[in-house]
Amino acid sequence: MTTRILQATAALALFAIAGSANAQTQLTGAGATFPNPMYRKWFDAYNKLHPDVQINYNALGSGAGVKQIIEGTVDFGASDMPMADSSLAEFKTKRGNAVLHFPTVLGAVVPVYNIPSVKQSLKFTPAALAGIFLGTITKWNDPAIASANAGVKLPATDIVVAHRSDGSGTTFVWTDYLSKVSPPWAQKVGRNASVNWPVGIGGKGNDGVAASVKQTEGAIGYVELIYAVQNNISYGQVQNASGEFVNASLASVSAAAAGAAANMPEDFRVSITNAPGKGAYPISSFTWLLVPSKIQDASKRKVIVDFLKWMIADGQGMTEALQFAKLPAAVVAKESKAIAKIQ
Amino acid sequence: MSGPATAAPRAMPRKARTPERYSGVRAFAQRRLVGDDVARALVGLAAIAIIAITVMIVVELWTNSELARHKFGWGFIMGKVWDPNADTFGVLPYAYGTIVTSVLALLIAVPIGVGAAIFLSELAPPRVSDALTFAIELLAAVPSVIYGFIGIFVLLPFLKAYIVPPLRAALGWTPLFTGPYYGPSMFSAAVVLAIMTLPFIVSVSRQVLLAVPHEQREGALALGATRWETTWKVVVPFARRGIIGSVFLALARALGETMAVTMVIGNSPQIKASLLAPGYSIAAVIANEFSEATTDLYKHALIESALVLFAVTIIFNGLARLLVAGGSRQAPAQ
Amino acid sequence: MTAEAVRVHRRKLVNNVMLGATGVCAAGIVGVLLFILAFLLIKGAASLDLNFFTQLPKPPGELGGGLANAIVGSAKILGLATLFGVPIGFLGGVYLAEYGSRGFSFAVRYTTDLLNGVPSIVIGVFAYTLIVMRAKHFSAFAGGVALGIMMIPISVRSTEEFLRAVPVGLREGALALGTPKWRMLLTVVIPAARDGILTGVMLNLARVAGETAPLLFTSLGNAFWSPGINSPTATLPETIFHYSQSADPDWNRQAWAGGFVLLMLILATNVIARVIVTRGRPKGIR
Repeated sequence: MTTRILQATAALALFAIAGSANAQTQLTGAGATFPNPMYRKWFDAYNKLHPDVQINYNALGSGAGVKQIIEGTVDFGASDMPMADSSLAEFKTKRGNAVLHFPTVLGAVVPVYNIPSVKQSLKFTPAALAGIFLGTITKWNDPAIASANAGVKLPATDIVVAHRSDGSGTTFVWTDYLSKVSPPWAQKVGRNASVNWPVGIGGKGNDGVAASVKQTEGAIGYVELIYAVQNNISYGQVQNASGEFVNASLASVSAAAAGAAANMPEDFRVSITNAPGKGAYPISSFTWLLVPSKIQDASKRKVIVDFLKWMIADGQGMTEALQFAKLPAAVVAKESKAIAKIQ
Repeated sequence: MSGPATAAPRAMPRKARTPERYSGVRAFAQRRLVGDDVARALVGLAAIAIIAITVMIVVELWTNSELARHKFGWGFIMGKVWDPNADTFGVLPYAYGTIVTSVLALLIAVPIGVGAAIFLSELAPPRVSDALTFAIELLAAVPSVIYGFIGIFVLLPFLKAYIVPPLRAALGWTPLFTGPYYGPSMFSAAVVLAIMTLPFIVSVSRQVLLAVPHEQREGALALGATRWETTWKVVVPFARRGIIGSVFLALARALGETMAVTMVIGNSPQIKASLLAPGYSIAAVIANEFSEATTDLYKHALIESALVLFAVTIIFNGLARLLVAGGSRQAPAQ
Repeated sequence: MTAEAVRVHRRKLVNNVMLGATGVCAAGIVGVLLFILAFLLIKGAASLDLNFFTQLPKPPGELGGGLANAIVGSAKILGLATLFGVPIGFLGGVYLAEYGSRGFSFAVRYTTDLLNGVPSIVIGVFAYTLIVMRAKHFSAFAGGVALGIMMIPISVRSTEEFLRAVPVGLREGALALGTPKWRMLLTVVIPAARDGILTGVMLNLARVAGETAPLLFTSLGNAFWSPGINSPTATLPETIFHYSQSADPDWNRQAWAGGFVLLMLILATNVIARVIVTRGRPKGIR
């Protein structure tokens, strides 16, 4: 009886360990939740095209993406916040080579809210958003919000701010925007993947904030557009630098990137929040894959290079279905050349 | 040597065996001695491994928190500001949340748990008592993540609708129940922790209550005390040490609880007097921020927080062990 | 009524009320358990479908995904944990029960209790610094080591307890027949304690099967199957955690299903272990 059990266990163990160990290359990446629906779709599609390649993406937040690529525990990272100079330096010290940024898509961060009595899309001025997140505006029927929403009956409910509890590129984009439009915000809180939030409850990932907002009446949070759309959460329009209230959409996000596309720096690190121009959505952002410039493992290197090439070509055709805007042509051209830098 | 082996007759001394007398069996005899040596070596190795692993944990935690310890010293514990951007780390907001939620959890759980233990030890017939105790111990087997999950979707709305309004009405004049209640809060976390620690309090308290000699009860009853008076004034005080031990055990568990807490506490590192405000705990901040601690100082600060948590749980576990029947009481399967 | 009678009446009232209250406490706690079971049964079982057991996760927004890799991943990591933790714990328990020496036994017991009290998140951090950082990748192996460490204390304690429960007469009989100690242990004592030791392993497994925190930084997670033991691996508790944090209703549904399966497995293991132990115990002993 015992021998039989032992044999069965051994067989099971061998099976588990062997698993699906055919000649497969599996890459591991970690990072931003902002583009997670897009990346998961891409990697799924790429796997269908190349069944021997599995790219395993873990959406832990941009902060984790940056940290893990610096530590070298993942093959690539992903972040909506361009790595700071200090992080680049740390990468160089720890890994010995440089890390490259590759833009993948353009996305929008939208203010999502949960007010059962309000079905319309609310309009938010920069001052209103800053005040809400600073904690100075505490009720939904505050004049700062009502003034931009004539004709909408706003209730006297308390505003519950939902923000990220983890290090987030989405947070960076949001706080970057608020820092540009609100001097009090810039002074008190600043811009980063993790900030000292004056008020609010923390959720993990874009998912967590979306969930918090959905579950809490009177809540307001900030998530990437696709999270609002896929989960049926109301989101508002934001007033841009030209004074218009703009809804996040493929067109408005692309408009925001137009200026930057023309003047893209070599390392692709750029911020496009509060972009000037008509119809530009003010809280837009690129998001990047972080890839080491030197990859030892030849098969992994090949996979990453091939994937990047596929991503800027065929991959771009899949973005719009998920509310992400394509990369501008100028950026694609530049990126094409940059891929060659991966050794 | 301890245990049954001392009562057994010793193995024959090596020297007594002479080759001529045990020629055929000599090989067996030599194997036999090697067998005992091997056995002793194996178990000794395992024992050493256990000690080594524990030491390694302490050492790794200590060395990997060095930057933070040197930079902040004891100020780390009282430091109120945790700001990765400014390279300033103080664990107080998290320690505050950990302590407040755990203490509140015990305030809720101890009366209920000891009450249930009294019922199970004094009133319930043995079979019923066993069955109910088993059921209560099963609560300890429910994974933390499931407590958190049910917490989010069931407990939070329930508390918001039925528990917080009366509490606020009754106790709103204290600073403890002021301010808005969003759902995720220290209070919610304390309630979840209370449910999670109840099995330990019930199980251990019941065991110590059962161990109280019958003479104590019989004496009180003979003097005309009611069942309750006997229990409350004689039995429980007799078992007081063990019950307090169970409380410390529960406290140690509550302090280290991670998943359920991070899912319902609000993840907001503020030190507020109101229990209805969102908070944060040490275990939760480690779980949330460890994967992304970009700078070494940040990582070391988190590991120092882990060290603080480790130290505090050791202290309470140690106290619990001392109080509960000399230390070898088995906690329920967890 | 005399003053005395009034007093007695009041004491009786207090007696009944308080004892009733304790009954309410006990009933309340059991009620919570029943509620959790019922809730997961209703919500989780309703969310179960064949896809859950056979499909890999799909990208967010797409229906039809499942947790097949998480189930296998959990099994794999638990297997590794058992391989790592149970032998050490078992042999340690044998040491304490059969061999010990005054000082060293105390040290082993003390560190075992210490280890038992370490919060699981701290063990996860330890496994990350020890293995993941050095190996430069997340892995099922690291997760297995973390959970294995958590299994050691319970393994030690339950092994020791059940070995000590074996009657001295059995040992003496074997030794009197000239059996060497190691053989006595192997062929007489341990088989006699077999039921107890087995249940100890089962309860141990049931406990660590639900642990999430240590897996967050060790096995990480995977959208695909994980070959071998050196890749990031999806596990049931970690997937439940991530899916439960989401606003996606389909992911929530899968999390409920996963929670149901996990809880049922854990509770079933606990019940079976309990049955095995009480079956072997003479009546009248609790």
